[in-house]
Amino acid sequence: MFTKKVKSLLAVGLPVVLAASVVVIAPASAGGKVTRTQGQEVSYASYGAEYANVATTKDGDDSCSWYNTSKKDYSGKTLRVLTHAIPNMGKPTALHAKQFEDLTGAKVEVEHVSFGDLYAKQLRSYQTDTNQYDVVFNGSYQIGDFQQYYAKVPDSITKGNGSLATLTPLYKALYKWDGDTKLVGIDGDRHFLKYRTDVYENAEAKAFYKKKTGKDLAFPKTWKEYNLHAKTFNGYKPAGQPAGVKFTGTTEITQKGGLMFGAFIDRVAPYAKNPNVKGGFWFDENMVPQVNNPGFVAGLTDFVDATKYMPVGGKNFDLSKEIESFGRGDSLLSYTWDDAWSKSNEPTSPIKNKVKAAPLPGAEKVWNRVTKKWDTPKGGINYAPYIAWGWSSAVTAASPQKQMAFDYLCFWGNQANHKLDLTIGDMGVNPARTEDFKSDFWVKEMNWGKPAVDSWLATMQNYEKNTNRVFDLRVPGVSDYMTALENAVAKALAGQATPQKALDEAAKEWNAITKRVGITKVKSAYQNVIALEDNIK
Amino acid sequence: MKKGYPRFFLLPGLILLIAIIIFPLLFTIRVTFSSWNVSQSGLNFIGGENWSEMARDVRYWGSLLRLFYLSFLTVAIQYVLGFAIALFAWKGIAARRFFRVLWLIPMMTTPSLMAIIWRSIFTEDIGALNGLLNRVGLDPVNWLTESGPANFAITIAEVWQWTPFMFLILLAGLLSLPKEPFMAAAIDGASAWKTFARVTFPMMAPISIGAIMIRLIDASKIFDSVFTLTRGGPGNATETPAAYIFQRSLQDFQIAYGSTLALTYLILAILTLTIIGKVFARLSKPKGI
Repeated sequence: MFTKKVKSLLAVGLPVVLAASVVVIAPASAGGKVTRTQGQEVSYASYGAEYANVATTKDGDDSCSWYNTSKKDYSGKTLRVLTHAIPNMGKPTALHAKQFEDLTGAKVEVEHVSFGDLYAKQLRSYQTDTNQYDVVFNGSYQIGDFQQYYAKVPDSITKGNGSLATLTPLYKALYKWDGDTKLVGIDGDRHFLKYRTDVYENAEAKAFYKKKTGKDLAFPKTWKEYNLHAKTFNGYKPAGQPAGVKFTGTTEITQKGGLMFGAFIDRVAPYAKNPNVKGGFWFDENMVPQVNNPGFVAGLTDFVDATKYMPVGGKNFDLSKEIESFGRGDSLLSYTWDDAWSKSNEPTSPIKNKVKAAPLPGAEKVWNRVTKKWDTPKGGINYAPYIAWGWSSAVTAASPQKQMAFDYLCFWGNQANHKLDLTIGDMGVNPARTEDFKSDFWVKEMNWGKPAVDSWLATMQNYEKNTNRVFDLRVPGVSDYMTALENAVAKALAGQATPQKALDEAAKEWNAITKRVGITKVKSAYQNVIALEDNIK
Repeated sequence: MKKGYPRFFLLPGLILLIAIIIFPLLFTIRVTFSSWNVSQSGLNFIGGENWSEMARDVRYWGSLLRLFYLSFLTVAIQYVLGFAIALFAWKGIAARRFFRVLWLIPMMTTPSLMAIIWRSIFTEDIGALNGLLNRVGLDPVNWLTESGPANFAITIAEVWQWTPFMFLILLAGLLSLPKEPFMAAAIDGASAWKTFARVTFPMMAPISIGAIMIRLIDASKIFDSVFTLTRGGPGNATETPAAYIFQRSLQDFQIAYGSTLALTYLILAILTLTIIGKVFARLSKPKGI
């Protein structure tokens, strides 16, 4: 009797228990060796000593959370990833590859190369049709060169519960091409001004400036003011200056081949991006290059002038040198990417809590390429912030493992990983999602000063709203165009040519590049840039 | 059949020659007539566009002129210094073997590594040289961002690296010289200077020419020090053809145009070095023969 009851119980109960275990337990450890539960704390600590002190956070509820990713089974499958050298972008790629392997059972082969090789290796793979990679990382400005080789990012990642659904509208637009999202936006970059508060908020320094110039001191609103401040405070001794560090006016990226084109764009944009002129900042409607128009020349003239107020060696700074120099307290002002900002906010920074952020300076006049005259901007100053390229990634259209590749990238940037990556300075991940713009995270978890954080977040919000923004020239051959520009600017900075002559040479070179790449091809691609510049939805 | 049989032994060498020299050369020539670049891969035909563009490329011709100056200057300094050191080592100094090895160290170091070390010395903000100048109360010098100092920095790096090569060849030459002419000079009461000018130097001429030619061939490719120290800057003040071709071909991916530049560079280098070799040979020929 008892045996019969047990048998009937087992007959009904066992399948139920087995079925339940399939639903509750098995999906959380489908292919990998790590089992996850919903909302479980995420920690990088087990992935190396360098992550021992990294904060932990609760797993998100997005579609690519740790828990949801652990339900996938990619055992026996291999993903080929091309990424940048460690640490910048290379470090998170390798870390998330290991985590993805642990969760899904996949094998992820990560190849780390220099930035130049990132471009070259991709190009070789596509031009020779050898399909060497499933996932590639790149500068988002290269989208014009490679978009035809990328698979469309599925809506499951960019919408609803996808990990990229909360990207701000600005960055959502940035990763699209002809209406389709082609890049997985894992980073959000922009250029902005960094200034030292131990000068700008110091009574003695204000009095010094007033005495020297007859003007009140506030952070520079125009590039002319920027240069004047750099000149006035070059050699000054601020109250909070780190011992043994000579104080100069400005630290900028000036090295040919060291991303100097970004600094140049910052300086020329407000002189040349006229909010009343639509249809092209880099070219006019007939694809005539604008890089030698008076707006560009005015910006370059300011750039050349500023070289007098730079630290020793400042005329040969690449991005890393700029970060290092401003971070150690070399100068009053700096601009370009977020990195120097993060550096100055690090716990050991000698200028911690002495730096604030502001929008890039503007110009008191702006060139009108249609009327061929200078316009006086509404409100007296024309602002035209440069939304500089940041890191992005893509899945190649020829990849045989597209689903796995998108799952990897989606996991790479899921809510929890994104939050933790933001807290690690050398990862190369910067804010671009709505949840990133809350000061609590930066003040409490990053231990940054609230006034500094507020100024930074306000700057980013300002860029979200600004409708007169400048973007990279995202067309085929963009590297050639930028190299030609850098070469011309370098000649002007070295005093080998006047700004006008140098930029005339650049314009001539641009015409040759356009001819080489094909005017129809460039013009067609440039419409995507115009859509961003002119805020066309 | 038997007669032609030995020719088959030439086949491996011939295949290798075709694979690594003749085919790449012919292919490069073909590429120069195409528009192969970042967005247009493959061999289309555009006639002589690349060649006419090159003829108008001021930056390229400027880099060639710079190369003439840099290679002749650096090789001349290397020759003078190398000869002086070889004479010291030849005449006999204390711990000669030790110094011979010591002098060879720069040459044995990887060129790009050596250039990185020089960069850390010349770097303007945290470099050793400006630190030294600062200690003795002098203003820092813009070693890498002003045309004159930047060329000086490259010259120093090149001379440092390759003087040992001159030393090695010239010392070998000195050691192989017959003793009789020197004994005759000593009997005639010739001074040290006269012995050098009338005996040592003329007898060393063929070896000197060989050493100079080898170094000139090598110096015509100056790249590592330029790329690492200045990247061709400031502006284009230190850009050599190799650096420029690298930029065009492997950074801008103008494969066809880069090939045109490289081919022209090769032809010019062969022509120039042949002429220099002939001139040297004529100059070193003993009079009356």
